[in-house]
Amino acid sequence: MRPVYVVSGGVSKFAKARPDRTFQAVVKEAYDYAIADLGLDFPSFTRCVDGSVASYFSDHFARQLMAGIMIQDYLGLCPKPSHRVEGGGATGGLCLQEAWKSIASGHMDVCVAYGFETMSHVETWKGNEFIALASDVSWDYPVGGFYSGYYAMMVTRHMKEFGTTVEQMAHVSVKNHLNAFHNPYAQKRNRYTVEDVRSAPMVAWPLTRLDICVMSDGAAAVVLASEAGLERLRAAGAALNTPRVLLTGIGRGTDAMRMADRPHVDYETFLRDYATEQEQSSDETRAYYKRLWDHGTRYPGVHSFRAGRTAGNMAYKHAGIHEPLKELDFIELHDAYTSSEVQTYEDLGLCRYGEGGPFAASGKAFMPGIDYGLKLASKSVCPVNPSGGLIACGHPVGATGLMQGVFALWQLQGSIGKHFGDSTLQVKDARRGAIHSHAGTGTYVTVSILDREV
Amino acid sequence: MAKLPEQRPESLGGYVVHGIPFPLETDPDALAFLKRLAPLQIEQEYRITYLHSYGQDSPWFAGVANRRLLATIDRASGYTYATPRGSDMFSGAETEWIDITDRQAKVHAFTVCHFGSEEFLPECPFVLALIEVEGVNTLFLTRLMGLDPELATLDWIGMRVRPRFLRNSKLKPTDVYFVPADRDEA
Repeated sequence: MRPVYVVSGGVSKFAKARPDRTFQAVVKEAYDYAIADLGLDFPSFTRCVDGSVASYFSDHFARQLMAGIMIQDYLGLCPKPSHRVEGGGATGGLCLQEAWKSIASGHMDVCVAYGFETMSHVETWKGNEFIALASDVSWDYPVGGFYSGYYAMMVTRHMKEFGTTVEQMAHVSVKNHLNAFHNPYAQKRNRYTVEDVRSAPMVAWPLTRLDICVMSDGAAAVVLASEAGLERLRAAGAALNTPRVLLTGIGRGTDAMRMADRPHVDYETFLRDYATEQEQSSDETRAYYKRLWDHGTRYPGVHSFRAGRTAGNMAYKHAGIHEPLKELDFIELHDAYTSSEVQTYEDLGLCRYGEGGPFAASGKAFMPGIDYGLKLASKSVCPVNPSGGLIACGHPVGATGLMQGVFALWQLQGSIGKHFGDSTLQVKDARRGAIHSHAGTGTYVTVSILDREV
Repeated sequence: MAKLPEQRPESLGGYVVHGIPFPLETDPDALAFLKRLAPLQIEQEYRITYLHSYGQDSPWFAGVANRRLLATIDRASGYTYATPRGSDMFSGAETEWIDITDRQAKVHAFTVCHFGSEEFLPECPFVLALIEVEGVNTLFLTRLMGLDPELATLDWIGMRVRPRFLRNSKLKPTDVYFVPADRDEA
C-alpha cells in the first residue's frame, strides 16, 4: 500500500435546516472551501482529481435515489469514476476509508470524499422513524424501537453492570457543548451544567434531550492524495499546507443488526479475541477482567461495542499504536449519545471496560484551558471531541465522519485558529489523532488514524 | 399548575397559495434581485404499502398468534436464539424450532420511551425491554407492561417476567409482550 496524504478539507455550516440551497449546493460549499484552502481554482482542481466517493445515509431524507451522481454532476466531476458508500452512521468514516483505498491501492492519485445529509425535509419524529428503519423491520422497529430507545437500553445495562451514573454521562454533554462554543461550524454552541442536562426533557430514560445529538443539514469534503498526487497538485499551483498529514491506520468492525443477538462471550474468549494489546499484557488488568466475569459480566452483551473494539485494535495495529491514551493527542469520536461516548472510551482502550463513567468525569478527555464549570480531578490527557462532536456540531449523517476527518486534519496542521477564527480548540502540538465513525447499535464502526509528518 | 412549554409544536400543512411574488418585468435589476429571494418550499407526500414477508421466520408469528413463544436452536451446539434465526451464526447449519413459552425469564435491560418514531408517538410513554430467557443464548426485544413509567429504576433489571399474548393477533412481534411474573393472568 502507498502512503496516503490528507491534503485539504471543508465543512459547510451545520444547521437545523438549509432551505436556501439544494443538497448539491451545500456539498459544493464544503468542496469549494477545500479547493480554496489548496490555493487552486475550480477548473485547476477538476483537472487534478481522479475521482470521488460519495457519502450519504438515507434515500428517505432526500427523497432522492442516486443523489451521489447528482453531486458528482453538480461539482463538474463527470465522467470521472465515483461510487456511493452507505453504512448508517458510519457512512462518512467508510467513505473516507474507501477514498484511502483508492489512493493506497494506486487506483487514483487524487481522490475527493464528499458527503451530506439533509434531515430537515421531514419533521423530527418522522426523521426518528426513518432512522429507526435502520433497525430490523420485522423484529425491532415494530415494537416501537427507535435509536434513543436502543441506546437507553444499553445505558441501563451499563449502569447496572458497572455502576456508571447519569451525572458522569452528563459531563460529556457539558464538555462537548462548551467545546463547540468555539467552533463556528457547530449547530449548538451553549454552556450547560450537569443539572441542565439532567433536567432537560426526558427522551428515553435515562437519556435526556441534552444527552442526544440533533438532526442537521450539512456537508463535508476531504481531499486525499498519493505522493504523485501531491506533485500533480503542486504543479497545478496548489500551495500545499505543511506539515503534511498522513492517514496511517485503518480499522473496521461489524456486529449483529439486532443488538439482542450479540453474543455474551466468556473471559478466555474476550482476552484472546478482543482485549487490547495493553490489556493482554497487564496482569493487573487481566485480574480486573476476571473479577468482572466472576460477577457475571459477559462480552459484548448490549453494554459494549465489539465492532468498535475490533476497529480500534485493527487501526492501532496498522498505525503502530500500543498505548492509545498516551499516543493519541486527540480523538474525534461518534458521540451520538453521551452514553455512546462513554462506551467508546472503553472500546478504544482509553480505559478498561467498566471504567468509562469515571473516565468521563475525570477530566482526561477535556480540553485544557477551558473553564467547564466542573470540578475535574485529572488534567487533560487526550481531548475527546475537541470540536464539540455530534452532540453539539450536529449529525448530518453522511457528512459526520468526513467532518471528523476535516477537523482532525486542521488539528494536525495546527490550523484550527485559521479555520475557526479562534485558536481555543487547537490541541497544542498535535501529532497524532484518531477519528471514529459508528453506525446503528454498533453495527459498522470505523477507526482511522491520522499522523502529522515528522 | 404545570408550566406551559416555551415553544408551540411545529407542523406542516396550511393554506394553499396561488400567485408567487415575482418581478413584473425581468429587467437586469429584477433578475439580479432574484438572488435575494427566500427559497420556496413545497410539501411532497410519499406513501407506499409494502407486502412484507416474514420468510423463514413465519412460524414464530403463527406461534404467538396461538399463544406460544417459539425460539430456534442449533441442535449440535444447543445455541438458542430468542429472536429466531433460520441458520446458526457459528455452524451455518439450519436451526430447529423449540417452544420456550413456559421458561423462566427476566429483564436484562430496559428504557422508558417518552418520545419515539412518529408511528409510536401516541403510545408514549412505553417501556422497551430486552428479556433473558432461561437456557437461551440471545435476548428478546419486547414491550414491558404493568409498570409505572414514571417510576423507572435500575431495580427493574433482573425482575422476573412472563409473556402475555394478544387475543387478537396482529401478526407483529408485539403480539407477545411481557409483564412482571407475579401478576395474575387477566
